[in-house]
Amino acid sequence: MKGLLRICTAGSVDDGKSTLIGRLLHDSQAVYEDQISAVQKASKNRVAGPIDFSLFTDGLKAEREQGITIDVAYRYFATARRKFILADTPGHEQYTRNMATGASTADLAILLVDARQGVKDQSRRHARIARLLGITNFVVAVNKMDLVGFDRAIYDGICAEFAQILDGASFHAIPMSALEGDNVITLSERTPWFTGPSLLEHLETVDVDTDITGQPFRFPVQLVLRPHQDFRGYAGQIQSGLVRRGDEVTVWPSGRSTAVKRIVTYDGDLESAFAPMSVTLVLEDEIDISRGDTLVSGPVQVGQRFEADIVWMDERPLDPTRMYVLKHSTRVVTAEVDRAFTLNEIHSAVVRTSRPIIFDSYRDVRATGSFILIDPATNFTAGAGMIGVPTRDERSGRASEGAAERLARIARAAATDAEAVEAVRAALEAIIGR
Amino acid sequence: MPTAHTVTGQAATPPPQLDHLRRLEAESLHIIREVVAEFERPVMLYSIGKDSSVMLRLAQKAFYPAPIPFPLLHIDTTYKFREMIEFRDQMAAEVGAKLIVHINKDAIADGTQPFKLGTQRCCQLLKTKSLLDGLAEGQFDAAFGGARRDEERSRAKERVFSLRDAHGQWDPKRQRPELWSLLNSRLNPGESIRVFPLSNWTEIDIWQYIHVENIPVVPLYFAKEREAIVRGESIIVREQSFVPMLPGEKTQMVRCRMRSLGCSPCTGAIRSDADSVPKIIEELVAAKNSERQLRIIDHDQDGSMEVKKREGYF
Repeated sequence: MKGLLRICTAGSVDDGKSTLIGRLLHDSQAVYEDQISAVQKASKNRVAGPIDFSLFTDGLKAEREQGITIDVAYRYFATARRKFILADTPGHEQYTRNMATGASTADLAILLVDARQGVKDQSRRHARIARLLGITNFVVAVNKMDLVGFDRAIYDGICAEFAQILDGASFHAIPMSALEGDNVITLSERTPWFTGPSLLEHLETVDVDTDITGQPFRFPVQLVLRPHQDFRGYAGQIQSGLVRRGDEVTVWPSGRSTAVKRIVTYDGDLESAFAPMSVTLVLEDEIDISRGDTLVSGPVQVGQRFEADIVWMDERPLDPTRMYVLKHSTRVVTAEVDRAFTLNEIHSAVVRTSRPIIFDSYRDVRATGSFILIDPATNFTAGAGMIGVPTRDERSGRASEGAAERLARIARAAATDAEAVEAVRAALEAIIGR
Repeated sequence: MPTAHTVTGQAATPPPQLDHLRRLEAESLHIIREVVAEFERPVMLYSIGKDSSVMLRLAQKAFYPAPIPFPLLHIDTTYKFREMIEFRDQMAAEVGAKLIVHINKDAIADGTQPFKLGTQRCCQLLKTKSLLDGLAEGQFDAAFGGARRDEERSRAKERVFSLRDAHGQWDPKRQRPELWSLLNSRLNPGESIRVFPLSNWTEIDIWQYIHVENIPVVPLYFAKEREAIVRGESIIVREQSFVPMLPGEKTQMVRCRMRSLGCSPCTGAIRSDADSVPKIIEELVAAKNSERQLRIIDHDQDGSMEVKKREGYF
């Protein structure tokens, strides 16, 4: 058993994406008979094959009426070898945000293309979004091969184009007819020149790089649990890496270090825990820690300015003179972006936050390298960002900003002014001494 | 063409990996904790079924060693199976959570029942309206529900944080994008959210988890001889006297179980020998029909569930 594979699909309108998914679900027996009969009933109102497989996935009435997919739908199926979660995302350009949503949690993307139409701008765009969201494994499904007489030259041409578009990423191309089932579950006799594997077999066996436990330890604090005087635990989900009892961890943004005393779960204490487990950590020292702080090991970036690739998902354009709410792991700050965006635009921009956040580059750690932007006027999730590198003046300013925040905390924690002065003096000496 | 691997010549220890059930569990705990951290007055809808049982266990895990920091709310139509109500009261006491039972008393006083009003109107009064009233009464801003995306096709499009307007209604076109595990908790005045921590679980995942965690469930899920009316394909365990008997119809003993729990007049049983959790899982793997097939209320028109959700149903 290879565990769980998360997939997203992308294609232009009418590439037959919903049909492909319906076929995959139907042929891998993830669809039940009553669902098939409901679909057969509804098929009578539409012009499609004997069973319209897309009706399994088009969940909303408006979608069934218009014969299109509006919103991202999640599908679940399993074979003896693997479990799958599949995000079916619409191909229309106005719904690009759904493609980004589906890709954000996927290990692999299936890019669908109509053999008659070849590679279109949409295909390039989908490939770009998927890569931007960190996907490195692709399937290129050249669909509707039955309508071009299973012409190998057409297939080869499309593959060559994708090799360029996907530049360096690993991909498996498949000549296919989703409607008739060629090369979806089993290899088709109509493509003797294709050596396989079929789509399902590839999905069952492909290795995806999901070693998030090998990355540095990152634990954003969700909640402080204090059921009674003698217990103070920090609840959260390990976003990357591994932690053992006794490990030294640093709390950001305060910069204080301590050791892990206990790893608490309902099922008993653990000696070690790793991503993506949700646990509660008890620390050796009493440190002022609250929601939004992050426990880490290894170097991190702490700062208020960084470069990011942003996908804009709101009809209201991004206004660089306005402040937005930025949610990054469990921390919520206000932020501004240095350029304008309109719906579905993707650009690199510089983000400045009101308070420091700890972050990684998205390439290194997805969870601490990503954020969403919320429009405070509508509370809509308007943008999604993937952090690149801190901007140059950030690098030099980094230490002092971390220190300033730390000093402020120390001062606030003191009971009297005199104590505050003494504590800040000691902290400053420690910083200079280093 | 699988990804090329760097060959180092030495056997590397494979990285530790969580199996899919523990991954789902970790994700659900994260969601439940986010809600408690970011909302003022959360509540957990407790419907007594298998999904609620799993959700309740996850809530215990999320805050351990602290108690569950929110009340449970049961929308009681008064037509639930008797065994469900016994089980509910026992579970709430065991877990130590506060249980709120809400009933649309006016509708019951008016004699509301499915055979008099039809299932749609009956559900609307005893479930949807009652739910909205119950939420309003408690001034809850976030309500956990045990719905899963694999249950029904309009649910496949549901977010983990499902935004509802001041009337509790769902607008599929106003849904907020949800990327990674970043959940947007900000509400406009009057809005609330429904939270689905089991979004990514399937029916089989639920049963596997019940098995490995040894979670108690209502005995109605297990096969035994029950007195029922058999009418064509339907097996109806008759608990309410208003469920009509056709001329010449008699009850008979049938070995059956419930695959999904709802109101007794509107939830059919299935013939089954599955009297343990492993046998249920075995039966499911071989099953040809989905669990909601026996829920009459989903089938009364095309897009039934979507219509109910738009009105404020889970």
